[in-house]
Amino acid sequence: MAEVLVDIPQVLAPSVDGARELRVEVPGGGAAVREVLDVLARDHPRFGRKIRNELGEVRRYANVFVGQDNIRDLAGQDTPVPDGVRVMIMQSVAGG
Amino acid sequence: METPQDAHATSAAAPAAPDPLVEPGAELTEDELRRYSRHIIIPEIGVTGQRRLKNAKVLVMGAGGLGSPALLYLAAAGVGTLGIVDDDEVDDSNLQRQIIHTTSRIGVPKTESAAAAIADLNPATDVVVHNVRLDSGNALEIFAGYDLILDGTDNFATRYLVNDAAAILGKPYVWGSILRFDGQVSVFWRGHGPTYRDLYPEAPPAGTVPSCAEGGVFGVLCAQIGSVMVAEAIKLITGSGRSLLGRVLILDSLEMTWREIRVRPDPELVQPTELLEDYGAFCGITAVSADEEPLPAVDARQLAELLERRAAGEEDFLLVDVREPGEAEIVSIEGARLAPRGLVLGGEIDLPRDTPLILHCKSGGRSGEVLRHLAGEGYDDVRHLDGGILAWVREVEPGKPVY
Repeated sequence: MAEVLVDIPQVLAPSVDGARELRVEVPGGGAAVREVLDVLARDHPRFGRKIRNELGEVRRYANVFVGQDNIRDLAGQDTPVPDGVRVMIMQSVAGG
Repeated sequence: METPQDAHATSAAAPAAPDPLVEPGAELTEDELRRYSRHIIIPEIGVTGQRRLKNAKVLVMGAGGLGSPALLYLAAAGVGTLGIVDDDEVDDSNLQRQIIHTTSRIGVPKTESAAAAIADLNPATDVVVHNVRLDSGNALEIFAGYDLILDGTDNFATRYLVNDAAAILGKPYVWGSILRFDGQVSVFWRGHGPTYRDLYPEAPPAGTVPSCAEGGVFGVLCAQIGSVMVAEAIKLITGSGRSLLGRVLILDSLEMTWREIRVRPDPELVQPTELLEDYGAFCGITAVSADEEPLPAVDARQLAELLERRAAGEEDFLLVDVREPGEAEIVSIEGARLAPRGLVLGGEIDLPRDTPLILHCKSGGRSGEVLRHLAGEGYDDVRHLDGGILAWVREVEPGKPVY
């Protein structure tokens, strides 16, 4: 069982019952981003649909970071999540 | 559109501060040496850096939450020319955060109000007022006159327009964005590093992210993010330090944490070579065409009658307030149920299909959006309140507060 902490942006918190941080337990040893998102989508289907499209791809207005790096710059959803490294979901805001 | 050759050529790893953006201007006068002495005696700025600031032309997009502190600090720092783009007027609801404006200037165009404050702070500043709404027809021409663009606008469509215009002209673009307690700030610069599109290729679905007018904004957050934006502008102009190019700072002002993430030019991304015709459409905002059927509506007096008849058991309908909870706390219509627009459009709230619905918001815009969405989902008995709760207060309950 690997445990991963996921940071949720304020604009998406309503789809995870208001949480800004989620503790995700991923079966097996190490976790990749896909497995973390799978667990999130299972527990919070609406949140899952906001992050990934029907094909299971991360939506272009959502960004998923492992540590400081966007998974788009790494191995996408195959990016491993090392022990103790947080996953951060980031969505755009436009206020000024 | 073309493939981003320039982004490919740029080293993605830790882009260092490029050369100073601006050549030094004229010699400083005795008054200027005294006024700017606390900057000049810092080695990283010095007399030369101060002369660069004097020669710099910075365009500030929006004299609102972020633009207010940014303009004041840029003027105080001795930036020679400040352009201001804004087509709005000062409102009393701005003054909780837009510190360049004052109570005595309520109703005055924001550009003029800001120019007055700047003239008071630093009369040597050359202020250029652009009292217009930026669009695809004027953006390139306005931007061309400036060394650097600082973006404090308040909607996704303008954000993409500003990015694209700055990218096409190869100008650095200091970007900051705020909502409630959350802020994001970075520097984008095509040819030297990533652009806004590398971070956010697309805007979130229209209506799912509230604006500051709807969701609220922690007033001092404007200064927290706005001051970082000015620091980046000054560093780029003077060529000092390491800029935020390639990094984004993410502030949670409630938890008081600053996170840093990396952003790289995306080699797959097609960068624009000309402006889009319609940025609203790009952001999923459907313009209401003149020949569209008017939406089914009730006016405030009709709604008051309907509510009376509902109380008497003669009518059955649900009155749905699609504003944010904080807005409802200021003023609401008795008997309305709260269902914020973003949650309805995002699917978090399912409204009943077996009851007629009457939607309302502040002035009729958001309720119209939700109505169109519900109609598309097959709801067949939905109306909305013309003019929103503002019309209700005006016509039915004049004693209630407006905002």
